[in-house]
Order: sequence, then structure tokens, then C-alpha cells
Amino acid sequence: MRLTDEEKAMLAGEAGPARQWAIKHQIAVGDFFDAPDFVPVGQAHIMADTESLGEAGVVWLEELAQLPAADRKVRIPTITDPRGLDFDSYKRLKQTDTMAGLEARAIAAFEALGVLMTNTCINYQTILPPVKGEHLAMGDTGVVIYSNSVAGARSNFEGGPSALSAGLTGRTPRYGYHLDAHRAGTRLFELKHQPRDFADWGALGGIVGKATNSYWGVPVITGLSAVPNSDELKHFGAALASFGSVALFHMPGVTPEAPLLTDAFQGRAIPPATPVTKADFDAFYAGYAAKGDKVDVVVFAAPQLSLVEMGQVADLLDGRRINAETSLIVTTSPEIKFAADRMGLTGRIETAGGIVASGVCFYQSYAREMAEANGWSRLLTNSAKLVNIIAGYGYKPTLASMQKCIDSAVAGRVL
Amino acid sequence: MPIVLKCHAGLGPTVTGTALVAADNFSARYDLNRLEGTFSRPAHKLFGQSYLDKILVLQTAKGGVASAWMLREMTARGMAPKAIIFDRTNTILAQGAAFAEMTMVDRFEDGDPTTLIRTGDEVRIEPAKGLVTILNRD
Repeated sequence: MRLTDEEKAMLAGEAGPARQWAIKHQIAVGDFFDAPDFVPVGQAHIMADTESLGEAGVVWLEELAQLPAADRKVRIPTITDPRGLDFDSYKRLKQTDTMAGLEARAIAAFEALGVLMTNTCINYQTILPPVKGEHLAMGDTGVVIYSNSVAGARSNFEGGPSALSAGLTGRTPRYGYHLDAHRAGTRLFELKHQPRDFADWGALGGIVGKATNSYWGVPVITGLSAVPNSDELKHFGAALASFGSVALFHMPGVTPEAPLLTDAFQGRAIPPATPVTKADFDAFYAGYAAKGDKVDVVVFAAPQLSLVEMGQVADLLDGRRINAETSLIVTTSPEIKFAADRMGLTGRIETAGGIVASGVCFYQSYAREMAEANGWSRLLTNSAKLVNIIAGYGYKPTLASMQKCIDSAVAGRVL
Repeated sequence: MPIVLKCHAGLGPTVTGTALVAADNFSARYDLNRLEGTFSRPAHKLFGQSYLDKILVLQTAKGGVASAWMLREMTARGMAPKAIIFDRTNTILAQGAAFAEMTMVDRFEDGDPTTLIRTGDEVRIEPAKGLVTILNRD
């Protein structure tokens, strides 16, 4: 990689050992992906829940946090993805004091580095929305795909160590989705059946993601009968990234880099369209169906809920009581939690027997240990991303609409 | 003569080990029981198998960004694969390998490595040279 004088100085250790480690890490990654040089970034977003960090990761962060302030502070706005647990709700979820202790240590270390503990995977809705053409170093695949596709910003999937590196150096290697050449559509999908709710949008993401199946694939979606809103695109993108490792999509007429279908393919030949039919949706749901099964836990998460979704959950629960044998968990960001508290949404959800957790996103929260401690197996959710992830943690997941999830939570079985 | 495969220059040190191969994808968060060292997602083609000290040969990297931390954490506990060979990795697994100082290569000249390498093969990876050698076959 070509380095500027400032980058050479960081590599030589003149800006301290943290920045020296960071730029060495970034050069190793940049070389691997043939990056020609670095590009300055406007924000970094770090995925670093303690289940992923483990003791080894926390100790490593604490070592960085011991450095003098001038050597350890991040240089650009650097924010965080959901944490491993919520100190206000972890006991109700049967997470342990050991987990909470590790979490507190990680938070202290990040704060010493100057990181803003936003603890959210919906920062594009709640913190500082990305801007078209803005280069970013975002963690969380759902954040990256939304930033790239809906906002037209430019980020690769940046894992925790790489996002922290970007925070420390203020830049990231210029490869992948920072480059125009990678942003052209590679596949075309035409909707023959319209998504009706968030679960359907996630299912569509899963269908397109499975078919695309590559970080380097860019699906283009046509045939929508209406412009989707931010929450619908959030569920679609999160599932697309989860099932397909996809980081960018275009919707001609909706997303900013594709006013027209030809723009989505940057003027190149347009491939034949793959239809997405009602039968594809039916088959997707059938893969997770469990009608009549006892429901152990209903989860609204992945991504965290917007204020509008919080209101929808509260409306559906009003005057009802969740079954005594079923738990219902809602996760959102700290900012939305404050708003939901203020507006009475949290109280309405918890009066019905639900738990509202803040700054977490369920699957990043010791999901295996929670399942064992609570005796959970059958999980019902309207998040296609979550059904994709959570089977690896020993759960049996089922996908259904928010309405059906809540009706099932009240009944105690999958309706 | 052992079989020599050319790939893109990779990450980490030269290693030799036994291959565990599947025409499937990989995420440390989605697919593994990292406490036991096994593939735990029922839909994965290596479900139930141990990955400890194996050279994994898989098609592509999937899933979330957590794997970037997890490879180092698994290595620190002695519960990691020895190396990972992908047909085409994503950014997260490459970043994770760089952070963990784990050996990783991808982008082979002769095609998909999951069709070129078999489970049980003795394999040497030389990332700096971009070479993978199958030692037990001609």
C-alpha cells in the first residue's frame, strides 16, 4: 500500500503503540485485499460484545486503555454496536454476575479509548445517519448494508479490531465497497409477490441472500409496488447480509445510486431477472414452521427496534397477558429506550409480561447460556436475521409476523 | 510429486495440518459451539464434527462481524482451527485472521479449493508465497 508521511509515522510508532498496532493490522488486511492506499473515514462503529471478545479480548482492550491519553484516544467519532448484556435486565434474563463483570470491564476500557457507548445496531436511524459518498468503517453487517445501500455511503464489513483501528488512525484501507468498481449490480431479482410486514421483508432478504451468497455479490431488486420505509429496509438488509454475507443492494427508483435500472449496473449488461414468487416466500417460512409447538421465548430484536416498532408491539399487547410459560423479550437502543420509557411504551409492554432490554440485541447476549438457564428451545420472532443466526446457539427458531408472534406469546404455542 | 495449488498471498505463518473440507460456508458465531470446538448449526455440512487443530477448507465466509474477535479468542483458549482456506473470504474473516495471526488464504487459480482438497489430506499452506501443497497425493 502507498502510505502518506503521516501513515508512515504511525507505522514507525511515532503516534504511540496503539496507533502503530492499528495501522499494521490495517496494512495486513489492505494487502490481503490489494488496497492501493488508505481513505479517511468519518465514523467508526465497533462490534465488541463480551461474548465475542471473551476474556482474551477484554484483557487486550484493557492493555490499550492503560496507555497515556494522547496515545489511546480515537481520532474520529467512534461508536458501539449492542453490548453483551443490559445491567438493568440481565438478572431477569438469568445472565450471570460474571458476564456483567466482564461487560463492565470492556465498557471501562472503551470509555478510556474515547469511544462513545451508543450500544446500537440502528445508529443509522438514531445517532448520525450516513451520507451519500461518505466513507465509513462500520461494524454490524446490518449497519453496513443499510449505510451502503439506503444512504449511499461506503463501508466494508469492519470487524471489531478493524473498526477500532479505523477509530485510532482515522482511515481504512481502500478496497471493496469504497471503490466504484465493486458497487455495480451483479444479480437481478424481480418481485412477483409483495412483502406485507417486517417478517416478509426479512424473508425476502433471506431468499435473495441465499441466492446471491457472496460478500462480493450486489443484488438489484425490481418489481416493488410501493417505496419501503426505513424499518422495512432495515429488516430486508439485515437478513440479506445475514443469509448472503451481502454488503450492498440497489433498488432502482428507491436507493440513491440507482435512479434507473441501468444505473444499478453502472451501464453494464443487465443480467436476466430471477423472479421471487409467493412460492419462494412460502418455502422460506416452511423451513422454520412449527405450528402447534409450545413457544418458550418470543424475541423482537436483530435489528434493535425503532420507536415506531416499539409502539406497534405495545399496541398489540394492550389489554393482554403473555402466557406464564412463555417469555417475551424486546431489545432496543438506549436512545429509543429512553423515549419509550418517556412515552409509556416500555410500561405497556412490561405490564403485559414482556421484558424490554436496552443496548443489547439478543443473539449477542450469551444466547446459549440464556437458553440453558431459562430452559428455552422454541424461539419465535419476526426477524429473519435472528432465525438464521440462532439455531447455532441450540434454539429451534420459527419466523412469523409481529401480530402472530404476539398472539402466540399470549397462547403459549405457535399459532 | 505433491499437488501444488496457487492462490492469492494470504495471512499468517506457514502451517501444515489435516484438512476438513465441506462445500459450505463459515461463521464462527453462526456455525460453531466454540466451547466444545464443534460445528453446531444443524444445517451445516460439518455439523457435529470437531474443528480443533484442523485446516478448514470452505467456500465463503458468512454471517456477522463477530468472527473478527472470535478467531483470536478461540486461539487464546487453544480451541481454534489451525488455518482456514476459503474459495473466497469476506472482509470479516480476513480481518479476524489478521488479528488472531491465524493462517488464511483464498482466491485459487485452479478453482474452488473445496473440490481440489479432500477431508483427511495433509496440507501445507505458505501464505506469503500464495501456495497450498497437498502432501499425501500426486
